[in-house]
Amino acid sequence: MPDTCVNIVIGGEAGQGLVTVGDFLAKALVRAGYEIVVTQDYLSRIRGGHNTYAIRVSHEQVHGPRESIDLLVALDAQTVLMHRSDLTGRAMVLADESIDRLGHPGLSIPFKALCPKPMFENIAALGVLARMLCLDRKWFEDLIAETFHKKGDEIVSANLKVFAEALAWAETQQAGFSCMPAPERTEKRLFLHGNDAIALGALAAGANFCSYYPMTPSSSVASTLIEHAQRMGMLVEQAEDEIAAINMALGASYAGARVVVPTSGGGFALMVEGISLAGMTETPVVVVLAQRPGPATGLPTRTEQGDLNLVLYAGHGDFPRAVFAPGTPEQCFEMTYRAMDQAEKWQSPVFVLTDQYLADSYRAVTPFDLSALPPVSAPDLTTDKPAGYERYAVTESGVSPRLVPGFGEHLVVLDSDEHTPDGHITEDLDVRVRMVDKRMRKGLGLKEDVLPPIFTGDDAPDLLLACWGSTFGPALETAQVLRQQGKKTAVLHFGQVYPLNPDQFLPLLASAGRTVMVEGNYSCQLAALIRQETGYVFGATVSRYDGLPVTARHILRQLEKAN
Amino acid sequence: MIPIEQYGTFETAWCPGCGNISINKALKKALSILDLPPHKVLICSGIGQAAKSPHYLRCNCFNGLHGRSLPPAQGAALANTEVTVFAESGDGCSYGEGGNHFLAAMRRNVTMSYLVHDNQVYGLTKGQASPTTAQGQATKFQPWGTPSMPFNPVAVAVTMDVPFVARAYAAEVDHLADIIVQAARHPGFALVDILQPCVSFNKVNTYAWYKERCYKLGQDHDPSDWQQAMHKAQEFGDRIPIGVIYKGSRQPYEQRIVSSVRRPLATSKPDMAALADILEGYA
Repeated sequence: MPDTCVNIVIGGEAGQGLVTVGDFLAKALVRAGYEIVVTQDYLSRIRGGHNTYAIRVSHEQVHGPRESIDLLVALDAQTVLMHRSDLTGRAMVLADESIDRLGHPGLSIPFKALCPKPMFENIAALGVLARMLCLDRKWFEDLIAETFHKKGDEIVSANLKVFAEALAWAETQQAGFSCMPAPERTEKRLFLHGNDAIALGALAAGANFCSYYPMTPSSSVASTLIEHAQRMGMLVEQAEDEIAAINMALGASYAGARVVVPTSGGGFALMVEGISLAGMTETPVVVVLAQRPGPATGLPTRTEQGDLNLVLYAGHGDFPRAVFAPGTPEQCFEMTYRAMDQAEKWQSPVFVLTDQYLADSYRAVTPFDLSALPPVSAPDLTTDKPAGYERYAVTESGVSPRLVPGFGEHLVVLDSDEHTPDGHITEDLDVRVRMVDKRMRKGLGLKEDVLPPIFTGDDAPDLLLACWGSTFGPALETAQVLRQQGKKTAVLHFGQVYPLNPDQFLPLLASAGRTVMVEGNYSCQLAALIRQETGYVFGATVSRYDGLPVTARHILRQLEKAN
Repeated sequence: MIPIEQYGTFETAWCPGCGNISINKALKKALSILDLPPHKVLICSGIGQAAKSPHYLRCNCFNGLHGRSLPPAQGAALANTEVTVFAESGDGCSYGEGGNHFLAAMRRNVTMSYLVHDNQVYGLTKGQASPTTAQGQATKFQPWGTPSMPFNPVAVAVTMDVPFVARAYAAEVDHLADIIVQAARHPGFALVDILQPCVSFNKVNTYAWYKERCYKLGQDHDPSDWQQAMHKAQEFGDRIPIGVIYKGSRQPYEQRIVSSVRRPLATSKPDMAALADILEGYA
């Protein structure tokens, strides 16, 4: 595997501040021009337990997480015990002097001497890390000033002092950890995780109403929206339950709001009747589903790609839908933006499937070009339509003119029952057939608009790795490794997993010597969908369902087994 | 006043003599008094016989799912404060399937009126006990008597300081219309629990049963007095008070949200300069 990167793991109990150290360090690295992939592994508890915050960093592109550790920051003794087998040959362990490093090289940090109070230990750790990674101190000093600015100058200078002293102490130590190659880039990047990017993409598309019920790992979509609600004029409401969240969003959408509903699998299970209602009433809604392992409560804070089937089949009856599965924060932004457009354009429920790994994974992201974004479909605010307006007028595309109630003398009538073109209950079975046909015709439009999967790597490859969602990065890294071993390898990433347009990918699959689908679930749900829709059967599948993100090492090992 | 004819006349799927018919009449009358043209009225309903009501009235209508009249009504009311929003459904939909939404709506206090057709029985599914059926009352599905005690929506709403709480009786059309007018004019969430005979499935709470018991609250009842209101809310037996039980003055939800929200939300476009600035903050 390419070895120009350093994998830093900060481990400790919940409540010890490892996320603070991790976020600080990761952001400093991004500002310094490095590429990062952050993986957060935590337990479903507020205090105690064992959590880690991993930052894989390099001056070159990094695609995914890695298991082996080069720098282990142990906030407790258990961290050393649990991760010693993952330490590389050059690994260093950084820990308080009271913690036994079990013979591993590293530094025993005199936190008590360096910090006037225990609350400064995180900043002291950053001072030591800055030295180990040969990072310019200014990246940290700027961040300290920005972070503590609101608490007053005294707090800022106290933190700066601790940072400086820890750095000075580290300089006196003979740690012998080699510096990373310096990055060449100077342009500004954003420090974002997947859920930040989803929220920002929704805002860019004009989302102005969000109703949600809290559930890990989706909650940070809502919290990011809340953070910017005042400036963006957005209304965010925490509903009493997921059923209310989806139905409230549909009411707001009906009234002309642009709506987004974040949830996770278990919460989405409760929303299913609302998805069916969106299908029947042709009310636009974007649901962001951040996946975690199920069934039921499953592993609440871990990752999986196990809910594709759930969103594909959610809701009784036939109605069209689209499902996006971004693989990077950039795609999270772009695809949520597109989801907002598609939901309005085709008056259908549209899903954005992410997962805990991507939701929490910070990266260095090239700033989004807001001026280059395509226009987003919007409801018709015409006020002069005649009284004969029909919300469900039968059209060739299946899309009926969507007017907003209260904007003219027209009446907008929606019904969850089968309805006539003017929206009223009917049991006329001929009308029923016309309405089903009309609704399903929108599916053809959704299919015409489908984003093609991204093909990258060698043409006519010996091996083609297919994947979707967050498995993109690990597949790319695997391909890189195999190419270095002389194997012609390519990756086919489905950023939109429904509808499928076989013309976009069957020829590519046919061009490959061997095809392998890589998915973070037990049954390889996308492989099954492709087989169902096209008859195509992958040569092999690689799956993962232990709650951890798919990595290049995992894929390579499974490929060996499959050989 | 807008002529009542503007709200249309429709053939209904209701039984002759159904209380829904007079409630529909009272609602049209109230809208006319409120001077609301049909396109400025937005009614969300759930599922059940009562939930069909907005189809029998010219208005903007969101006839959603069973138990879910309140969430879309609040969503629509928050998205557009320039339309007058009602949620309308039966006792099973409103107090059973939608119970949690009722609790949350009372806390949230979005300006809208909740008209509950309370006939103390399930009609559409043919005669099961509802959340307001009297304990011990036998039905085809509860032949040994309804085992649970009935829900008292009026007392719960008064307890929660819902700003407008009323009990009405379907057969008193003018009285009901007047209450709906007051409910729609009152800022915040308004509950109107409308007692209504079911001529097909409820052989206990008949027109005669209600006629014998219902009496109109007079000048001696002060709806701003919470204690008095609570007392009246509990009165349900040989005598049943109808009228405005309670009036409070809690601040409506829409006055407590992010001040920058521009409504109707349909006209609000994203401020891309502000968003560009927000993105800078992630650098």
